[in-house]
Amino acid sequence: MSEQHIKLPEGSIEKTTTTLNLGPTHPATHGVMQNILELDGERIVSAEQTIGYIHRAFEKIAERRNLYQITPLTDRLNYCSSPINNMGWHLTCEKLLGVKTPKRVDYLRVIIMELSRISDHLICNSIVGVDSGAYTGFLYVMQYRELIYEIYEEICGSRLTTNIGRIGGFERNFNDIAFTKIRKFLDEYPRVLKEFENLFTRNRIFMERTIGAGAISADRALNYGFTGPNLRAAGVDYDVRIHSPYSSYEDFQFEIPVGTTGDCYDRFLVRNQEMWQSLSIIEQAFRKVQEFKGAEAEVYHADVPEYYLPEKKDVYTKMEALIWHFKIIMGEIDMPAGEVYNSVEGANGELGFYLISDGGRAPYRLHFRRPCFIYYQAYEELTRGAMLSDAIIVMSSLNLIAGEMDA
Amino acid sequence: MALTNEHIKQRLIEKFDTQVSSFEEPYGMLTFEAPKDMNLKVLNFLYDDAELKFRFMTDLTAVHYPDQPGRELAVVYHLHNLEDNIRIRFKVFTDINKPDVYTATALFSAANWMERETYDFYGVNFIGHPNLKRILNVDEMDYFPLRKQYPLEDQSRVDKDDEMFGRGGTLGFGTEKTQHGTITEMEKNDVGDEIV
Repeated sequence: MSEQHIKLPEGSIEKTTTTLNLGPTHPATHGVMQNILELDGERIVSAEQTIGYIHRAFEKIAERRNLYQITPLTDRLNYCSSPINNMGWHLTCEKLLGVKTPKRVDYLRVIIMELSRISDHLICNSIVGVDSGAYTGFLYVMQYRELIYEIYEEICGSRLTTNIGRIGGFERNFNDIAFTKIRKFLDEYPRVLKEFENLFTRNRIFMERTIGAGAISADRALNYGFTGPNLRAAGVDYDVRIHSPYSSYEDFQFEIPVGTTGDCYDRFLVRNQEMWQSLSIIEQAFRKVQEFKGAEAEVYHADVPEYYLPEKKDVYTKMEALIWHFKIIMGEIDMPAGEVYNSVEGANGELGFYLISDGGRAPYRLHFRRPCFIYYQAYEELTRGAMLSDAIIVMSSLNLIAGEMDA
Repeated sequence: MALTNEHIKQRLIEKFDTQVSSFEEPYGMLTFEAPKDMNLKVLNFLYDDAELKFRFMTDLTAVHYPDQPGRELAVVYHLHNLEDNIRIRFKVFTDINKPDVYTATALFSAANWMERETYDFYGVNFIGHPNLKRILNVDEMDYFPLRKQYPLEDQSRVDKDDEMFGRGGTLGFGTEKTQHGTITEMEKNDVGDEIV
């Protein structure tokens, strides 16, 4: 074909940049999200994000549901650490309803929340490894995420979207197998995490790929509403667990690791350090739970029959439990009118629930403050002028979860 | 000295006099409102004041109250002073027929998408927003779905074939059956009886 037959659309000759669609179903996006990149050679000139591909209108659906029916919706926000979302939701309800949970319940919740923080961080960090060309670490730690999922399974019966716990506590006490598995995890994981760190932390290739990529200053990070490990990597020691302790976090000794440059490498290090801290918290909580003896060791929920969905075997055998079960399921118990904001330290930032109740059986308005929805808007600023391959690492190291972003 | 709700309230009243109102403390969080054309002045004051330093925007959303004529939509800001670790909630109300509120994007980059989301679901028109378009819903959508006049799907609707999802139809998945399904079954039985 000779040259004069090529008909170029008008104006396209002047365009010196290339447009590239990264996503929505690109393997490197780890979720359904689209980035329209404007490239000059391999440099990114601008990026435009399109999100909402898996929007499921949770806020609308929640306006017609009972409190306990909203827990499964929260599972599907950040599905890499559903138990934290579940607990965050239960804590919000408990704040609205004025429910006080026993210490043992708080400690059990801490164990579950920290386990899921580890599972979230290890996925995120190992994916950063995969995107920089190191697959081994990912496969290696995956075994231990499996173990964490087995622990969830012992406690609530499911693995990914856990729907764990109830308002006031747990649906059943942790069984011996659960405790044995937690012990096993505590004994074995440190060695694995150490080895994982050895693979990456001083790895020349990894360092060159991540140091300086996607850096953000503390000021900009705060202005962009960053929270969680991403904010701490930029050097701000804000952690909801310390600033407004919930679920008895004030009883535990732990440190908040912070970075300095806010780049991918610092985010990686902060997450790794947080896993060590989480391990130490679980160890402490595990010991505290073991200290409860006799009748105290059987406490796994607060005594609030109006809101705590009774155990199924009690429903079948006890009159009172049956009545409460009926009342809760049929929505005959109105919640108090009020307006409450409650947040927990999710694995990727401050997960907030803004709940307005007008006194009915369902929330009048429920809004989720989803951390990654808020910090993803900084992506353009983070990647402007960077190479295409950096854009991919930045995306995975921000720990973006499409389910949470799109709610 | 750590900030207290009472002190913040005093500072706001000193500065804005009667324009800030409805002070409340639901569950310990100071909540107040201001006229909607004052929102940037209040936010700026809270941000710049050497004592208050509310420089972190935690959340921005809206609520629809159809029963309050003239002030149907509330735009709610959650602000956080990270140094003194105190949160406040600030609301502005607007008429649903003229939902214009000034944008906070100049002050907080974080407000950009949160305002887009609020526009997407409630139709609040943020004046001066750099890119006010839908974010989670499709661009072609011509209504604002979280407003109260759009109810959720009626669970007993009959024009939809969702037999495979255990609702209605003739398969009858036990307890999953809706009232409608049960009635249909009863009617069928009645007809059957008559034939016999």
